[in-house]
Amino acid sequence: MITREPVYSDEPSSVFVGLKRSLLLGLGEIGRAGTMTIQSLLMLPLLFGARRSRTEAVRQMFIVGIKSLALITVVGMFTGMILGLQIGLELRRFNQEVYIGSAVVVALFREMGPFMTGIILAACVGSSMAAQIGTMTVNDEIAALEIMSISPVRFLMAPRMAAMVLMTPLLSFYSCVVGMIGGGIVGLTQLNVPWDQYFATAMNFADRHDLFVGLLKALVFGIVVTGVSCYEGFTTTQGAVGVGQATRRSVITSILLILILGYIITRLFYEL
Amino acid sequence: MIRFEHVTKTLGGRDVLSDLSFEIQKGEIFTIVGPSGTGKSVTLKHMVRLLTPTRGSVWIENTEISAADGAELDRVRERFGYLFQGGALLGWMNVADNIALPLREKTRLSESEIGARVAEALRMVGLEDDGDKLPSEISGGMQKRAGLARAIVRRPEIVLYDEPTSGLDPVTARTIDALIRRLNEDLGITSVVVTHDLQGALLSADRIAMLTGGRFVEVSEPKAFVTTEQPDVRGFLDAQFISRKGLVGMEETP
Repeated sequence: MITREPVYSDEPSSVFVGLKRSLLLGLGEIGRAGTMTIQSLLMLPLLFGARRSRTEAVRQMFIVGIKSLALITVVGMFTGMILGLQIGLELRRFNQEVYIGSAVVVALFREMGPFMTGIILAACVGSSMAAQIGTMTVNDEIAALEIMSISPVRFLMAPRMAAMVLMTPLLSFYSCVVGMIGGGIVGLTQLNVPWDQYFATAMNFADRHDLFVGLLKALVFGIVVTGVSCYEGFTTTQGAVGVGQATRRSVITSILLILILGYIITRLFYEL
Repeated sequence: MIRFEHVTKTLGGRDVLSDLSFEIQKGEIFTIVGPSGTGKSVTLKHMVRLLTPTRGSVWIENTEISAADGAELDRVRERFGYLFQGGALLGWMNVADNIALPLREKTRLSESEIGARVAEALRMVGLEDDGDKLPSEISGGMQKRAGLARAIVRRPEIVLYDEPTSGLDPVTARTIDALIRRLNEDLGITSVVVTHDLQGALLSADRIAMLTGGRFVEVSEPKAFVTTEQPDVRGFLDAQFISRKGLVGMEETP
């Protein structure tokens, strides 16, 4: 059951009791959010069975992919340009600015591409998911679905999960490509590094392993943003104020998890 | 058909329902009235397990819904239609798609059969020309009627109405009351209505229950309800200018 009963608790008798209660509540929330996320992932194959579910998944892909494209392009471009400029300025001290392509491609594919994509999707798409589902929760629409025996996880969360699972790696790859072009523009116009030389050094250092890890990170970030945002939406209480709080919590939690999981994945896939 | 056995519900340290026991018969229109905040909607939500009793049990025929979960809960819930106070329509779907939703998701009917059922439901609630409008494009009363159409489109055995006439003009409110009565007579639907609107309750209900302090202080047929000396009921009747003779034309109602 998604619809939850209101939770009331007495004032804690001491700080220790309060902390213990908060810890247990927090662990319970993590468990429920994790269960819901796994359920929605397991339901993805069901989307292929029904035409309406496929249509909804495609609609969500449009929202996630096409509507975020302009922002991803601008952020990716400037991230590449900033990286190119900062690294180029340092390399110029050693007359090695021709190698900015290699540094930019490694930074983008390993870290910055998936990280920036995750942050943008958490802020734009995740917040919108939390607000929409949160509003549905406070308007009894989620309870109405449950009474009709329609699983809100399958009906609402699974299409969003499908869209994010597919689109986040694609958007991440796209942002890396745009970032590389941005770095190239800075190299050409500010550091006198020709295009062909920039891309030749970039391709020399482009590694399949970096690409794989970057795409894996993007996939994980997409799942995390959807899981957190939908969970916050489903557990919204207290009307319009609650919707605002759920939206805020979804963005903060998603960004924190993106940072923490980004580090963990990097540590797992790269030897010191 | 619906049975509460010693149900107590504690919310925020307060017993909203206190050792509540009653039974609703199949095909009956059972109306629960009472002041705001006395637990009328809480009682209704227990019937579909949106809430679970702190103590006691709720039964739908031979199934204890208060202990049901998973597929069993889904099976029991499929016997219900539920009209929420605000209609609870999905905002991005038009009215017709909202009404068709339970048919598309839970039945194997063809689109033409679904279209016919939706048209019939829209006609019953007087919204036959509004199927292609979004919920935001229609009034609150129309949203409520669309919610009612969605609640009945699967022809459920039991329909729960949470404040079906609140916020409606008197003419539309009486139309809804008549519709509840007609659904009961034509389709044999068991209805549970939560309302403040005693006039509507007196016209459409088979039995009226007055909920105060977490318990029913009076459960009786409309004609007996208006003549009772129970002080809470009398206060409620007096506040709505309903005398011991009842409403005009009430003697013709069943």
